[in-house]
Amino acid sequence: MTALSVRNLAKTFTMHLRGGISLPVVENVTFDINAGECVVLGGPSGAGKSSILKMVYGNYGVDGGEVLIAHDGRQVDLASADPRTVLTLRRDAIGYVSQFLRTVPRVSALDVVAEPLVVRGTDKEEAQRRAGEMLSRLNLPERLWSLPPATFSGGEQQRVNIARGFITHHPVLLLDEPTASLDAANRAVVVGMIAQKKREGVAMLGIFHDEDVRAEVADRIVDVTGFAPKVAA
Amino acid sequence: MSDEPLLRVSNLTKYYGSRLGCADVNFELYPGEVLAIVGESGSGKTTLLNTLSANLEPTSGEALYRMRDESWRNIYELSEAERRFLTRTDWGFVHQNPADGLRMTVSAGANVGERLMAVGDRHYGKIRDTALDWLGRVEVAADRIDDQPRSFSGGMRQRLQIARNLVTGPRLVFMDEPTGGLDVSVQARLLDLLRQLVGELGLSAIVVTHDLAVARLLSHRMMVMKGGHVIEAGLTDRVLDDPREPYTQLLVSSILQV
Repeated sequence: MTALSVRNLAKTFTMHLRGGISLPVVENVTFDINAGECVVLGGPSGAGKSSILKMVYGNYGVDGGEVLIAHDGRQVDLASADPRTVLTLRRDAIGYVSQFLRTVPRVSALDVVAEPLVVRGTDKEEAQRRAGEMLSRLNLPERLWSLPPATFSGGEQQRVNIARGFITHHPVLLLDEPTASLDAANRAVVVGMIAQKKREGVAMLGIFHDEDVRAEVADRIVDVTGFAPKVAA
Repeated sequence: MSDEPLLRVSNLTKYYGSRLGCADVNFELYPGEVLAIVGESGSGKTTLLNTLSANLEPTSGEALYRMRDESWRNIYELSEAERRFLTRTDWGFVHQNPADGLRMTVSAGANVGERLMAVGDRHYGKIRDTALDWLGRVEVAADRIDDQPRSFSGGMRQRLQIARNLVTGPRLVFMDEPTGGLDVSVQARLLDLLRQLVGELGLSAIVVTHDLAVARLLSHRMMVMKGGHVIEAGLTDRVLDDPREPYTQLLVSSILQV
């Protein structure tokens, strides 16, 4: 079953502060991802991998094309949806594990991880218990759980971020280099977590620069250079 | 989120004589939604907020509000008594300067209790208990309940103002630069508190701010204003990550990185 279907996405940035120059990024981006499948975007830096991920999540607007996500037995186009629909899709259908943690002042690591469950109606204690499980699995020392992650190291923040992104059960999950600043042991944990999501039928779209990780998680690689705009700026 | 909006604004326009305040503003606000209005000084964002909150009469246009009895009313056609009841119970207004929203010469407890009395609460003990509970929720120590806000720090005054506004269980809260004029550390604490309360209570809020970080943290959607017009609107992270309009690009690119 197709969980995510991307059709003819196109994106050009217009830089008004640089004399209005146009920077075409991608065009005709088209691929499908089935439930339980992990598709990895391939291609060199600057080819538009992150831009595609951000268009699929709605952080970037699109100049054309569709992002069809299965929701409530229908396919909903996130690219043309109004803000409320995008927020509903993000709550129920599509999750995002970003590369960097956007820290909120004063909120403890445990609550940062538990929050996505709490806002979906899980009892706070139960959410914290499951957040603790995720953090243990990712080897984040328990003495850090009650602290706000702002002062954590890059690798520690990334593990908090991964725990937060993986704690919910979104049918579609976007992964933006979730293993970038992790050591080998924690990379292996994340690879295991991705495998588990696959078994649960989650469709994943990711960017992984680490070749070993990519080889282990990718069912298919979509080469982004194939979507380079044909017309020069 | 509910499927019916709480507020429907159409073609709202406000002129001061011949000078434009804001023009042709259209949007809907749903229960539980936080809308940020951003723009520089003079962009019309405060005029819009004051018009939406019925502190100013618009020159044209309307704002329909879904009352607690589910009837839709144009807020500019309410009687003075109806409007006062609405602003004292179902709405809140958090001013940038707490002195504008508090009574500085009565106790903290009375500042909170006064709004309860406006909705008909008369039991002194109960009012005091509710006031104490709310002081706790906004992290003001219980032993300050009999002190006047004059003796409070800026951050405490702002938290007290928030308690005063939220005690009646409003459905819609207007905020004008709620963290403006506060130290950064105090701002962070207040933002976290606001974010928590808005989430817990399922409030709808319209927040005017020139601080894009505040908009990012608190709001679901945002509108960018310039010269009295809404020039760009959308999902908050879309507007901030992929700004389209020249002015929005300038705003986003002007943020200093720490």
